[in-house]
Amino acid sequence: MELRARAPWTNASIGPALQAALILVASLALVGVVGLFFAATKDTFTWDGYGQQVVSGLAQGAIFASLALALVLIYRATDVLNFAQGEMATFTTYVAWSLMNHGLSFWPAFALTLVIAFAGGAAIERTLIRPVEHRPEIVIVIVTIGLLIALNGLTGWIWGTEVKAFDSPFPLRTVEIAGVVVSLQDLGVLVVCLVTVSVLWAFFNLTTLGLVMRAVANSQEASRLLGVRVGWMLALGWGLAAALGAVAGMMAAPALTLDPNMMLVVLIYAFAAAVLGGIDSPVGAVVGGLVLGVVINVLGAYVDFVGGELRLPAALAVLLVVLLIRPQGLFGHRVVRRV
Amino acid sequence: MPLLELKDVHARYGPIRALHGVSLTVDEGEVVALLGANGAGKTTTLRSISGMTRTSGELVFNGRRLPRRSPEAVARLGIAHVPEGRGLFPELTVWENLRMGAVGRGVSLAEEAERVVGYFPWIGRRRTQDAATLSGGEQQMLALARALVSKPRLLMLDEPSLGLAPTIVRELFAIVRRLNDEERLTVLVVEQNATIALDVASRAYVLEVGKVAVAGTSDELLRHEGVRKSYLGY
Amino acid sequence: MRFPPIAITALKVAAVIGLAVFIAFLPRIFDARLDPASAEFRVGQFTLVGIWFVALLGLNLLTGYSGQISLGHGAFVGLGAYVATLLSLGRPGLELYMLDPPSWMPIGDGMRPVFTIPIAALVTGAIGFVFGIPALRLGGISLALATLAVAVSFPILMKRFDEVTGGGGGLNLNLPTTPFGWDISTRHWLFYEAWGTAAVVFVAAWLLVRGRVGRAWRALRDGEIAAVSSGVDAALYKTLAFGVSSAFAGAAGALLAIEVAYVNPDTFPVSLSILLLAAAVIGGLGSLFGAIFGALLYVFLPIYAQNPPILSSDFSTQAPAVVFGAVLIAIMLLLPGGIAGLVRRLGFVGRSAWLRRPRQSQPGA
Repeated sequence: MELRARAPWTNASIGPALQAALILVASLALVGVVGLFFAATKDTFTWDGYGQQVVSGLAQGAIFASLALALVLIYRATDVLNFAQGEMATFTTYVAWSLMNHGLSFWPAFALTLVIAFAGGAAIERTLIRPVEHRPEIVIVIVTIGLLIALNGLTGWIWGTEVKAFDSPFPLRTVEIAGVVVSLQDLGVLVVCLVTVSVLWAFFNLTTLGLVMRAVANSQEASRLLGVRVGWMLALGWGLAAALGAVAGMMAAPALTLDPNMMLVVLIYAFAAAVLGGIDSPVGAVVGGLVLGVVINVLGAYVDFVGGELRLPAALAVLLVVLLIRPQGLFGHRVVRRV
Repeated sequence: MPLLELKDVHARYGPIRALHGVSLTVDEGEVVALLGANGAGKTTTLRSISGMTRTSGELVFNGRRLPRRSPEAVARLGIAHVPEGRGLFPELTVWENLRMGAVGRGVSLAEEAERVVGYFPWIGRRRTQDAATLSGGEQQMLALARALVSKPRLLMLDEPSLGLAPTIVRELFAIVRRLNDEERLTVLVVEQNATIALDVASRAYVLEVGKVAVAGTSDELLRHEGVRKSYLGY
Repeated sequence: MRFPPIAITALKVAAVIGLAVFIAFLPRIFDARLDPASAEFRVGQFTLVGIWFVALLGLNLLTGYSGQISLGHGAFVGLGAYVATLLSLGRPGLELYMLDPPSWMPIGDGMRPVFTIPIAALVTGAIGFVFGIPALRLGGISLALATLAVAVSFPILMKRFDEVTGGGGGLNLNLPTTPFGWDISTRHWLFYEAWGTAAVVFVAAWLLVRGRVGRAWRALRDGEIAAVSSGVDAALYKTLAFGVSSAFAGAAGALLAIEVAYVNPDTFPVSLSILLLAAAVIGGLGSLFGAIFGALLYVFLPIYAQNPPILSSDFSTQAPAVVFGAVLIAIMLLLPGGIAGLVRRLGFVGRSAWLRRPRQSQPGA
């Protein structure tokens, strides 16, 4: 029997959205101050440059946030981390590349890819996850690892392992906002990811189907007793997660260039973001992703020891420290087990 | 023809046999109690009806055989099952929990909610509260309310009195009685508290080690010496 | 039909001894049946089988017996490889690469490769144990993430700290030679070195899982709450599993470095860790024999999946990954005991398979 204790600052008087915004601002401010501490010691420091790092950090963070949210969706539905999430995203990004190669322009290809990703994700749940859904978590995790290996190989088999260019839908210009030079590419990525996340939020909170999916994530048995076809809801969850991953992949591809291992590092950042935010909290995943994006950009730019190469280990080290202090993550529920 | 009929139903959990041929009927518009000690098979009987355990034997509802191994299909036929532990969604609000009652049966929430909130006025005032923050009695009431929203033909309650204070239990059963009186709601209730269950029910079955040991009207059972000694305590 | 336990144990001991004898004669069999070049090649392949057997035994103890997933085993293999390399080169050897490791590092003046194996195992095991202390406090998902983080960070760190590791260029070890004046070829010596280590490690693993430690691990794996309430010190035994598995990985890494005579950060990418986990699962979790099947698969599947023997056509270099992934999924769906489980079932030796058991349903709060 599990009881979920609320996060200590939960207060019925302020809404969760406001809470999330507050924490996002607070964490970003903290990151900013810490970053500034390092940044100010460098002669190359300028406020414009710093602002630019933060904005491109947010853009990168939005990609992490999308993939992290996909992980959280599946975690809440199936109780496991989907290790194949990144490879699913890579695969669908290659599909988008093929569609564009066949003459489609970016946005039609984008939309079609989302549909294909949704169908693929739902199909994976129906065929591969469903047979093992009642077995120990480790079995499901291993199935997703198998999927990771197979999809990675399949991507290379179909499209080759050499790096491919992936066109960006956004112009290569920059604009100046409040004195900070911002690339339209970063801005576009940020907007697309945030719109996607908002649409998803609206789906879950404003529609009956979204309510049913949240109920299934809460308790499958209780949902069944109310006549909910739980199996289809789980498939729907996997489909949505796959589509979300596809958005992340297509937004990441122009900067990373397309190759079969493109999303592996992104997946790890997304894991880190999801765990940082609290693995069962969608809000946490988004906040965690954005914060992580800014952290690694600022650390990479202003801390010599970290530099370009050690961003990932540094981010993970920060994460581990956070987890040791607060094992359930920033927004997660502490699971109290009663024997 | 009874609304629900079980004929010689067997059930097992892996190698352990839980039901050894249970037969019972529930007629339209009556309240039937299922009594017995821990492990007698009361909960398993409800779970068998809901298609949540592996069963053999005949289960007929409203003239049709019940689907096996598919609780969602059973629920859609109009059987509302309030399970042990109440089966609420702790992270959803009171109102969202209530809305879930309307989902599987395709009924209109607005009308049904109006009617149901009439029985539980506090729900209307606390719709945005998380279900996890309700007291035990309130959770049981909400689970009952949610079941009612689905306009069930048969309501199954599993140990509604478990862990609740005596005054709350009386209140709860008073509502069940009102529902039966005013809306002719058919109820199958599993209870260890035989006194209060027999007070509301018109008939009852006593289960012992997976079989019906005694059956009869509530009055007959109240006079039955074995039942009195074992379950009523006088 | 079921055999009594004592007969099964006797059968297993007989099988192990039979296998050991077979392996001991394997190089001679190759020599007798193949031309010298192919025999050398085959002996080299089976040396690798022995090395990965050691690594997979460690992973199996961790995942199969104590029930914790590690996606970072390859990094610990890499760590062992670097420890062995640094020790066997010593400061004089490193100076040839213009490397100047910090003076506090206890790198000697070079030593015989074979002696670096136990040291690499101890050092890697100790580091694994220390890593396990905070990581296991996290448990579950965060642990998977932490091990994955190790796997991803390892090559990056090895490249970054190039004043010790030589960075991306890697380090060459001195070419191995048969020690102690034995009259066998170096290839054969490496083969016996690997399988000798494997034998020691296998016996150690067997003693561990048969004893108190093994019981504690299985109890934790099958239900942590119940195990803890009956007095098992979860933190201690889980960390111990991490330490032991890392030590095995370290020994395997040392063997690998000596065999290949070259280390490079990219020898130990994150995919190594993932494929090792896959091999352990396919071989059979919770079975020491499973590690043999896993190691055979790990070495030979990539070869045969790319050039399937029947379909006389070359597949993509990506084919092994596809086959590996597909087999992994199929095993989980159809045969959770892995190959070892299949063998056991064909042998009618029954045992409860923990991976088959249904998850305990969680009633709603």
